Amino acid sequence: MASEPRTLAETSTPCTTAVGCRTISKVWAQGTARAHEALRDIDLDIGPGEFVAFLGPSGCGKSTLLYLIAGLEQATGGEIQSFGKVVAAPSPDRSLIFQETSLFPWLTVWQNVSFGLSIRGDGLDQRKSVAREALQRVGLAEAMEKRPDELSGGMRQRVAVARALAMRPKVLLMDEPFAALDVQTRQKMQDFLIDVWRESSASVLFVTHHIDEAVALADRVVVFTARPGRIKTIVPIDLPRPRDPFSRECEALRRQLTDLLRDEVDRAFAEQEALAESV
Amino acid sequence: MSMAQPLSRLDDTLERRGGARPSRRTMWSMLQQRLLLALPKTGWALLSIGLFACLWELLWGIGVADPRLLPPPHIFLGNFPEQLKFFNTAQRWQIGVGQNSGPSPLQALFLTIAATAMRVAAGLLIASILSIAVGVAIRYFKLFDRLVLPTITLLSPVSPIAWLPVAIFVFGIGNAPAIFMVVIALFFHMVLSTVNQIDGVNKNLISVARTMGATKRQIYGRVIIPAILPGLLVVLRLNLFGAWMVVLVAESTGVGYGLGQVIMMARNTFNPSLVFFTIALIGLLGFLSDWLMRLIQRRILYWVPQTTEVLNGL
Repeated sequence: MASEPRTLAETSTPCTTAVGCRTISKVWAQGTARAHEALRDIDLDIGPGEFVAFLGPSGCGKSTLLYLIAGLEQATGGEIQSFGKVVAAPSPDRSLIFQETSLFPWLTVWQNVSFGLSIRGDGLDQRKSVAREALQRVGLAEAMEKRPDELSGGMRQRVAVARALAMRPKVLLMDEPFAALDVQTRQKMQDFLIDVWRESSASVLFVTHHIDEAVALADRVVVFTARPGRIKTIVPIDLPRPRDPFSRECEALRRQLTDLLRDEVDRAFAEQEALAESV
Repeated sequence: MSMAQPLSRLDDTLERRGGARPSRRTMWSMLQQRLLLALPKTGWALLSIGLFACLWELLWGIGVADPRLLPPPHIFLGNFPEQLKFFNTAQRWQIGVGQNSGPSPLQALFLTIAATAMRVAAGLLIASILSIAVGVAIRYFKLFDRLVLPTITLLSPVSPIAWLPVAIFVFGIGNAPAIFMVVIALFFHMVLSTVNQIDGVNKNLISVARTMGATKRQIYGRVIIPAILPGLLVVLRLNLFGAWMVVLVAESTGVGYGLGQVIMMARNTFNPSLVFFTIALIGLLGFLSDWLMRLIQRRILYWVPQTTEVLNGL
């Protein structure tokens, strides 16, 4: 089963892919009694500037895949490439945005945004102008001198996006970035993300368990199976943005994705219940 | 560039001040608001102490508390000048020096307080610098962790009192053994809590720094250390009371000036009034130093919201 995607991968040219995964597998705590398999045989190519959503039941390893692509964790098998180079460590080319706020509370907004530049050793003027530009792009130019605890949840996530953009990443990795926000704010943030994505040329990998969110945003939706995570299917969405969530096409897509997910969610639930009983 | 840098930095601070500083009027109203908020708290604190004193006085009034053993507040606080005479401990043991020569009673009181407070402050400072350095080194260097952490864990439950003979053997008599006792009482716990705080740093913050290309040193210097500071200051504040307790024990072994000396002398000369007077003094000093620490905490940790503050006494 694994051999077929491999031949497919070999035919594609690796230099043009923003992210290329070759038979990726990940086992947590390998070699111990607590070992469990998170991912199995993931083959996936993501093009430059593409918007891809990872959809799956919780605990299916979609976030793990994102961490592997970021280089924060190492795969137990297979290889990840980004623009022709093997991913071995984290890089500013691939910025990660988390679900919970990950701003440094002791820094002001602009210092947060320019954190990566200061790591690199850029001067103050440079840092400030880049921070100002990035904050303008997320519509928070007035909040330069504020501290994170003075901002709302949605504003904080916009600062996190600005911080990622300040590094001019080629790939934007987002781990359920809007999951902690209320529905109205999330709607706004989705529109905002599409604008930001259009202006930058970065590819976006967006982990979510919301079908609506995947349908509203993505060029392609990668549907994962329950644990161990494998790619069940990839659903392309060829609709112009902004998308009307009540259109017939979106409705059909939602139905299709719901059907695809249902079995996996049932399986994940059954497994969790079995686990709970065994404990 | 060397010229442009400081100028732009100055510009930056000016701009920030201009932007963030509230006008004089709002500052005044903020101050008023804070005073109003602090008023009920102060009231309750005074009531609490007053109630305790009243109970004591009542017990004295009905004849349960013997004034020779448990003199109530109006007795041990009433005779201020008489009490202050005993604080002249340094000259007490010198030949030809009487109770009435040397510094005035009030001067003696301040000398005694200053001596003890200095030992507490020096001990705290040394202990916090040492323990943060060791704690960070334990997490930074794997080998150091393996070589040092077991010994520290082993020694941390040992009561500081057990170290008293060691302090005297090594440092003799004077300031050094008292400061050593404060350091030893705080060091092991603070190392362990530094390690604990480092382990508790939000992993996302470290991941962000890693994706930005930060080195291990940068991650420690710019993420981990600022992230553990709030927790460490709380630990330091909790240990402040410990420092006040230990310093008295150390001082009672004979270091010249010091509140511990006064208590020891009060014990030897059977002077319960002096004991309670000194206890009241120590309580007040401990409270004031905690308040000072909280002030420092607010200054250094400007980003920590006040509402989540632990131990928010007064």
